[in-house]
Amino acid sequence: MAEKKWMPRWFYQLASPRWCYDITGKLLPIFAIAALLTLVVGTVWALAFAPADYQQGNSFRIIYIHVPASILAQSCYMLMAVAGAIGLIWKMKIADMVAKCCAPIGASIAILSLATGAIWGKPTWGSWWVWDARLTSMLILFFLYLGIIALNSAIESERTAAQSTAVLALVGLVNIPIIKYSVDWWNTLHQPATFTLTERPAMPSEMWLPLLVMVIGFYCFFAVAMMLRLRNEIIQRERRSSWVRALMAN
Amino acid sequence: MSFESFAEFIDMGGHGLYVWLSYAIALAVIAINIVNPLMQKRQIFSEQARRLRREKQNP
Repeated sequence: MAEKKWMPRWFYQLASPRWCYDITGKLLPIFAIAALLTLVVGTVWALAFAPADYQQGNSFRIIYIHVPASILAQSCYMLMAVAGAIGLIWKMKIADMVAKCCAPIGASIAILSLATGAIWGKPTWGSWWVWDARLTSMLILFFLYLGIIALNSAIESERTAAQSTAVLALVGLVNIPIIKYSVDWWNTLHQPATFTLTERPAMPSEMWLPLLVMVIGFYCFFAVAMMLRLRNEIIQRERRSSWVRALMAN
Repeated sequence: MSFESFAEFIDMGGHGLYVWLSYAIALAVIAINIVNPLMQKRQIFSEQARRLRREKQNP
């Protein structure tokens, strides 16, 4: 008896490593060009054309790295947890691979967020680091990434490693709303969110437009980094299959 | 342009070190995330090629 298909067709195609390898091969150049364009335009705009802040002067330009990095570090974590959950529920190999690839990228982006935050804090608050709710919860996000990388490499079996890291990622998901609301729940030095879905940004468009470009650029960069790692993961795990052998023989 | 001269652009109103350091770290993080998987890919392909050759020699 054929198993009933509950999900749309693309969901099952997505589960095929070979199909994923082919489609990411087509998508990679598109995202690479998009990332390059948006990041170059965004950086030039941010550094040379955006107006200086009337209070912070030019150190304000760090926002164009800091905010996209912070948003991406959290999005990457959510993707990792969701992919991990899909891997747990449907035993989908590709989802396990995506979750595994998220961890090192997310860890490096979280470092970028923390480092630029510290560098920005020095001229603005007069200190590299304060044990503030927002900063501490972001540091915990970084440690969660490290924990997940360590756990994944400590377990020999790919399946067991994927399952345990997925559980850890899901438990750590509680940190995401804490990061988001930390500026509202506790007294903090950190300023509230720059972008919200419901309100217009508090800064003029000459300031937030380049920021939007940078956020899009960071997401495109993430897509590129993700697909590069995912493709490696696919050919490594499927190395005994005939299609990977044929690919390698060429 | 929000700067009068190139020197002013580099100086960033006295915050040059902070601003440029941030952008340099960002560039480094992006570069690592691209170069690292590309190098890994080369390694996987060369290892696999070696294995295939071995299999051909002693089937």
